[in-house]
Amino acid sequence: MNPTIAMITFRSMLGRRRALLLFVLPGLLLLLSLVLRLTDTNDMEVDTNVLQTFALGAVLPLLALIAGTGVIGPEIDDGQIMYILTKPVPRRTVVLTKLAVAIVLVTLFAAVPTLLAGLILGAPAGLTPAFTVGVLVGGVAYAAVFVALGVLSRNAVTIGLLYALVWESLFGNFAPGAKKASIVQWALSVTHSLTDASTVHPAVSLPTAVTMLVVVTLAATVLATVRLRSLTVASAE
Amino acid sequence: MTEIRLRDVSRWYGNVVAVNGVTMTIGPGVTGLLGPNGAGKSTLIHMMGGFLSPSSGTVELDDEPIWQNPRVYTRLGLVPERESAYDFLTGRQFILAMAKLHRLAEPGRAADRAIAQVEMEQAADRAIGTYSKGMKQRIKMASALVHDPAVLLLDEPFNGMDPRQRLQLMDLIRRMAAEGRTILFSSHILEEVERLAGHIEVIVAGRHAASGDFREIRRLMTDRPHRFRVRSGDDRALAAAIIADGSATAVELTPDGLAVQAADFGRFTWLLPRLARDAGVRLWEVVPADESLESVFSYLVAR
Repeated sequence: MNPTIAMITFRSMLGRRRALLLFVLPGLLLLLSLVLRLTDTNDMEVDTNVLQTFALGAVLPLLALIAGTGVIGPEIDDGQIMYILTKPVPRRTVVLTKLAVAIVLVTLFAAVPTLLAGLILGAPAGLTPAFTVGVLVGGVAYAAVFVALGVLSRNAVTIGLLYALVWESLFGNFAPGAKKASIVQWALSVTHSLTDASTVHPAVSLPTAVTMLVVVTLAATVLATVRLRSLTVASAE
Repeated sequence: MTEIRLRDVSRWYGNVVAVNGVTMTIGPGVTGLLGPNGAGKSTLIHMMGGFLSPSSGTVELDDEPIWQNPRVYTRLGLVPERESAYDFLTGRQFILAMAKLHRLAEPGRAADRAIAQVEMEQAADRAIGTYSKGMKQRIKMASALVHDPAVLLLDEPFNGMDPRQRLQLMDLIRRMAAEGRTILFSSHILEEVERLAGHIEVIVAGRHAASGDFREIRRLMTDRPHRFRVRSGDDRALAAAIIADGSATAVELTPDGLAVQAADFGRFTWLLPRLARDAGVRLWEVVPADESLESVFSYLVAR
């Protein structure tokens, strides 16, 4: 971890107008929860649905995509990364710092809103803390994957969107096998283990889920470090 | 004394060879890397800066490889060509961050010194996004100088600068060199390189075309055969006179006048009016046909 790199990264993510984008989805989640609660139309089924489909299934992947690719992708694109890479700082430190910033952002803009949404809904059976932890662990894995994607590809956002939308939602519905290779499902498995509610149905068992979350997070971080070590800056000519 | 040594360095992208078998040593003082656009200057500087691996050959800083070796950055400063710095930071915040990344003992002091070196004290507390091109170039320069490196690499530092900014930057580079640093800058403008560089390396089409101080490079460039297009009252008679005199190696009669290949630039331009007068031919137009830098460079490569 390097505080200087963290400071620059936070300022580039939050110090500009595009930071407002980060507030849109969590804002909608809170608004929806508030409306449901005020109209008193929610039961355990609805609460689970909001937290699982909206918070875990949509807010988390999209926010992790914005945060994960945003902490490093644009910097590589416009060459600013040169100012960081021309310093005697190990590339591992650069990647870990970027990842830490992404995780903090995901916590602030996905996990905290999930907690707040659950509290507003007054979700029963420990759903609120269970989903908050689920979003948090899923967020760590997502952030690692998207940081790696940001280092690997100039089209990180597109690829990430395809993964989050097509793979996780579409394929998951048609091919049950694909569901097992999904960060959302692994996170859901963690959530399931923390709640007594009968409305949460994960596709994978807890040991598999935890193993996969750890493996994917580590593999993505290592990959990002290796690729950053031999980052080739496109020639201006 | 710190040197950058390239030994038989080549770099290719797929089938395209950007740099081809370049061997050179960059020592203390100002070295200009001269060549037309697309000659491979940036590719070379990126390899010297550790942002590109050589496809073959070695690039070393005092016997240490530069590629995948972040340790070299304690002795090396790089000013990239691209304009973007962290626009949302002020100049001082930017330089201070760079000093901290270098883990300098007194980052605040180092930042102040670097900002003073490039004379940016006045604007140091404004966001970089509000800077002019010349100011951005200077703050980038300060970011490369903050750790007082022995070697400084500048990629096209004068691009887009107005004449006053250009002079200021030249002064700054001269001062840096006077302190014993090894400085390399790239440019496609002969005049810039001539005014600043004690030593010139010429790169054309990825090859190392020439090397020397500016007098040698000038001589190489003016001593080459020159082509002229000459229009006159009587092209045939003039052609005969030129051939008889022997100051040209080839004369061709074309619909647009004579195409003359002069053996010696100086002698030919001095002789032509006399030849014409003696032959009773009126000269209408004498145009150098290949004065462009590109043709000068291509001559150096073909040599």
